[in-house]
Amino acid sequence: MSDQGPPTGSAPTPQAPLGSDPEAYAPSVAGQLAFYQRAGGIITPLLTAVVAFLAGGLVVLATGHNPLRTYKAIFEGAGLNWFFHFGSYHIDLPFTNHHIWFWWDTNTNHTAAYNLTQTLLTTTPLILTGLAVAFAFRCGLFNIGGQGQYLVGAIVGVYVGSRFTDMAHLPHVIFGLTAAALAGALWGSIAGFLKATVGAHEVITTIMLNWIAYWGGSYLFGRGGPLQNHVNKAVPISDDVAPGAKLAAIWGNPHLQALHSGIFVALGALVVFYIILNRTTLGYEVRAVGFNPEAARYGGISVARNFIIAMAISGLFAGLAGGLDILGWQFRLGVLDVQVSNIGFIGIAVALLGRNTAVGVGFAALLFGALLTGTSTRSLDPNIFPPQLAGNLALMIQALVLLFVGADLLILYIWQARKKVRMPGLSRAADEAA
Amino acid sequence: MDEPPVLELRGITKQFPGVLANDHIDFDLRRGEVHALLGENGAGKSTLMSILYGLYTADSGQILLNGKPVSITSPKHAIELGIGMVHQHFMLIPVMTVTENIVLANEPVHLGVLLDESAAEKRVADVAKTFSFAVDPHARIQDITVGQQQRVEILKALYRNADIVILDEPTAVLTPQEAAELFEILRTLTREGISIIFITHKLNEVLEIADRITVLRRGKKVETIPREGATEAALARAMVGREVLLRVDKKAGQPGELLLKVEDLSVQDDRGLEAVRGVTFDVRAGEIVGIAGVDGNGQSELIDALTGLRNVAGGRISVGGQDLTHASARQALDAGMGHIPEDRQRRGLVLDFNLAENLALHDYDKEPFSRFGWLNPRRWLQWAGGLLKEFDVRGGGPTTRGASLSGGNQQKVVIAREVSRDPSVLVAAQPTRGLDVGAIEFVHRRLVEQRDAGKAVLLVSLELEEILSLSDRILVLYEGRIVAELPPDASEEEVGIAMTGARREVAV
Repeated sequence: MSDQGPPTGSAPTPQAPLGSDPEAYAPSVAGQLAFYQRAGGIITPLLTAVVAFLAGGLVVLATGHNPLRTYKAIFEGAGLNWFFHFGSYHIDLPFTNHHIWFWWDTNTNHTAAYNLTQTLLTTTPLILTGLAVAFAFRCGLFNIGGQGQYLVGAIVGVYVGSRFTDMAHLPHVIFGLTAAALAGALWGSIAGFLKATVGAHEVITTIMLNWIAYWGGSYLFGRGGPLQNHVNKAVPISDDVAPGAKLAAIWGNPHLQALHSGIFVALGALVVFYIILNRTTLGYEVRAVGFNPEAARYGGISVARNFIIAMAISGLFAGLAGGLDILGWQFRLGVLDVQVSNIGFIGIAVALLGRNTAVGVGFAALLFGALLTGTSTRSLDPNIFPPQLAGNLALMIQALVLLFVGADLLILYIWQARKKVRMPGLSRAADEAA
Repeated sequence: MDEPPVLELRGITKQFPGVLANDHIDFDLRRGEVHALLGENGAGKSTLMSILYGLYTADSGQILLNGKPVSITSPKHAIELGIGMVHQHFMLIPVMTVTENIVLANEPVHLGVLLDESAAEKRVADVAKTFSFAVDPHARIQDITVGQQQRVEILKALYRNADIVILDEPTAVLTPQEAAELFEILRTLTREGISIIFITHKLNEVLEIADRITVLRRGKKVETIPREGATEAALARAMVGREVLLRVDKKAGQPGELLLKVEDLSVQDDRGLEAVRGVTFDVRAGEIVGIAGVDGNGQSELIDALTGLRNVAGGRISVGGQDLTHASARQALDAGMGHIPEDRQRRGLVLDFNLAENLALHDYDKEPFSRFGWLNPRRWLQWAGGLLKEFDVRGGGPTTRGASLSGGNQQKVVIAREVSRDPSVLVAAQPTRGLDVGAIEFVHRRLVEQRDAGKAVLLVSLELEEILSLSDRILVLYEGRIVAELPPDASEEEVGIAMTGARREVAV
């Protein structure tokens, strides 16, 4: 959680120094706030999630169902119970015919294991769309455009994946993912460019770009659209991705949405995110601009340039998510897919709950991945909670999390405002630092 | 003493987590006196007053009003007891009129709900007359000067029948003229029997207005003394706890080669109005040129233009012969410009960065701080640790967040960064704003050191005393023009007159 920290990373920094130093009286408001935020670094998001689930439980109760049993069913629907069944099993070693002993049953013919693969399959793009929002946040930008950037990545991914069929497997996959990521980067950088040059607010422009991607995709794959499939002109859907462009399945039956190797790309992206922000001059600039653009400018940093770069990198993450979904398990993209997808939007909740840090985004993505899978009509036991309501429950919990994350900031704000009102001139040090 | 003091604080103690903010402080206020509460930032002045004003409750100790013990639970309660407070940051509503602001929360009404405007105006006028205040009751707050706004705040307290008025750093926002007017008002108030507590860390003000002076240091009362016999040096020593050099001890400057050259410079402000109008001057190596002037006469725009943070509308800027007229901030920095900014929190520091990150704000992308875009954190921390020690930054190490330092130490960090880059020209804008005596001494010494090391130092300050004590030459900026150039031994009056725009060419 500490990747907004100093170049050292870990070492907890002493807050408002105590003791005999004459300048140390009455810890400053900013100092206290930072301390609170840091102390709440892990606690508040956890609390937020718990409260959201409690509130969701009350709604379940109101519909006349048992919240505990419902949550247990969702937990099992997400396949998380898989971890609790120990036994004596085997696991195949990749690239060999050998297998070794393993204490969990990886056979996806069993429901728990299968559900877990589906959870991880959803977690993969959520990590990336979460990072797309988080990276922009760290530069002081609110990227609502993860969805559009994701769609553009998916569109380019399906185009590259279904063409260039002469290419060898690995180059084709790399080409497809790179193209998808760059398309997302381009899409994001448009908003960054508009912000940097004419000052157009990124929230507005990214929302507009979302709709352009939405209707652009609907047109491209729609009936008579230029990218509609060549087989059945009655179906508004793209050509299939060529077998050579598909990502390797690493767990499960490739014909039943197996977990693909893209999850490693997503996990790698978490590391890249951390490294860029904390170990590069680029990350230093981005964080400086995010914390205090005026000081960054004074320091000789081009704020405009960083807006563009940050939005491009954000778009890169989201576009990559689109590419991975297409080449990993969807293999085609239809008008319906374009229109119902909301992976990019859930990324906002992931980033907020994950506090815009690498570790946080990883866990938040897993939480939302499990929630979405666990409440899907496929996974949830209809005897315990009606599946037609379950999807709404997932949305509701997601909304509650957002609400409470917002409330968390609101509480911080009120707390700070209260101090300001209470403390006029109360502590010189506080005024100095406020 | 025939009459008990109107207010008496006995053994007030307040503990904050880890900090003893007030340690058994005794304080008393006599009717009709100005009692100054003097101390460095963080000495406990504000905590003490907050306890008196009901914002905090003391852990132990007693408050007596007119000899009777009271327990003040809230500001509202304090007002009912006749205690008024004028905060440093005014609590006025800009779009409302003077009268409306004064009667706010205590309005004369008719028919139960409607504001009785004529009654309100009459009552405000009555109060104003009693204390001979000159304020237009119909003017909107946003249209009147800061000095007048402060008078409204005082009136507000008087309207609520305060007989004790607490003034928190009242002159921090005022020009010297306005401060003089404020002191006049305070004298009128005390004649009418109002008692005043005057919080400050400025020594000259204390000696001018206070009847008695209480000095706090590190949460403890050092002494209470009458003004008679008090000297600046003695007060400074009591405040800081050691001998303080009030006058900057410096040799005459040895101007050398020309380093900063500004020719016919014009700069626009944010609204596109011309703020700097054809300014020409130069600064040589080994001299401090002071730019005096009342706030808002083009100082900020001039500084921004020099340091590449604002576009130049006309004219030329060069540093060591290199043209920087249209340079970016980065280019100006690389050309040897150092800049101690006016506002260390908004501009000088990234408060959420740690000190090492802040110290590298200009050079993070250069070796040894980074290489090929990769940061070298270990090197940063090592280097930052040394620099913090060298510049005596207290309250944290390289990994401490900027926000958790006190103002004085934050400024030391800024100065450490700018000076360690070894600039040829150093622009210091308001370098001691909001600092206490000890820190001011430090900053001044560093600036003179830079001068003696052969740097060209441009000092822009609103503090006349600072300009007079540091500068080798003084330029006076008025409405964007340099209206006077004065030698360092110019009197305060001379500079003051030029600052008001009274054009008077003085031969140098």
